[in-house]
Amino acid sequence: MSPSWAAHPEREGVQTLGSESFQIQSPEDIVMVRQAVRKKAVSLGLGLVDQTKFVTAASELARNTLDYGGGGTARIDLVQNGTRSGIRLTFEDRGPGIADIELAMRDGYTSGNGMGLGLSGAKRLSHEFDIKSEVGVGTTVSILRWK
Amino acid sequence: MGEFLLVTIQVDMHDRLALALQDDLTSRIVKHRSRGVLIDISALEMVDSFIGRMLGTIASMSSLLDAETVVVGMQPSVAITLVELGLSLKGIRTALDVEKGMATLQSAVSGRQDASDASPAQISLAAFVE
Repeated sequence: MSPSWAAHPEREGVQTLGSESFQIQSPEDIVMVRQAVRKKAVSLGLGLVDQTKFVTAASELARNTLDYGGGGTARIDLVQNGTRSGIRLTFEDRGPGIADIELAMRDGYTSGNGMGLGLSGAKRLSHEFDIKSEVGVGTTVSILRWK
Repeated sequence: MGEFLLVTIQVDMHDRLALALQDDLTSRIVKHRSRGVLIDISALEMVDSFIGRMLGTIASMSSLLDAETVVVGMQPSVAITLVELGLSLKGIRTALDVEKGMATLQSAVSGRQDASDASPAQISLAAFVE
């Protein structure tokens, strides 16, 4: 796999203004990611409901990274597309990967002890959602919320 | 008898802490012979599927221990997010605030006893601070 974050595809017109990265190795790190995302969302001027939705999505994905990916990293980007600004979160792990993404995205499906709402819920709580996974290599999930 | 437990969650809980609360609460229900549990989540700015599941588990376990659970004080933004997340918190009673939650508990508990048997609730505070 390419070095962390180097291969993140920039969609046309979407500029990254600033980034912050976090390790996810413990449940406390999930709390830290939540708080960092909240802070960024506030600084961007997202309303309370939008903040809460995005922080919740971040919490679900950070837990997936820890529980299913065996730990990994979270990156928070402030992004801009023309006059629109937003926050993009990218969660990356080098875990076992997901063999059937369509199945993993289904509401209520879980390979572990969770409720099976992590991926599908995070997608509903975001404006854009992207997942890449390769068995034996790892998983990268990215979500974006525009202001 | 007739004692209610009031749990006020005041911190952004990490997962192990949420599980510890779950365990702690069930032992306290038995220890205090509590008939009801009031969980105040008004300080929580976010409830994800993990915390939602914890609340559901507490409600189920309490019920097996003959205690009712009411979750109070959920912020509107949290409620909106939970619905979109796909978590309906089925089986969890909710009330707007502690006062209304207490009334819900009292009527639920007295509904299961003889009316003459219903005594005013005592509250013991089990604030959970990290």
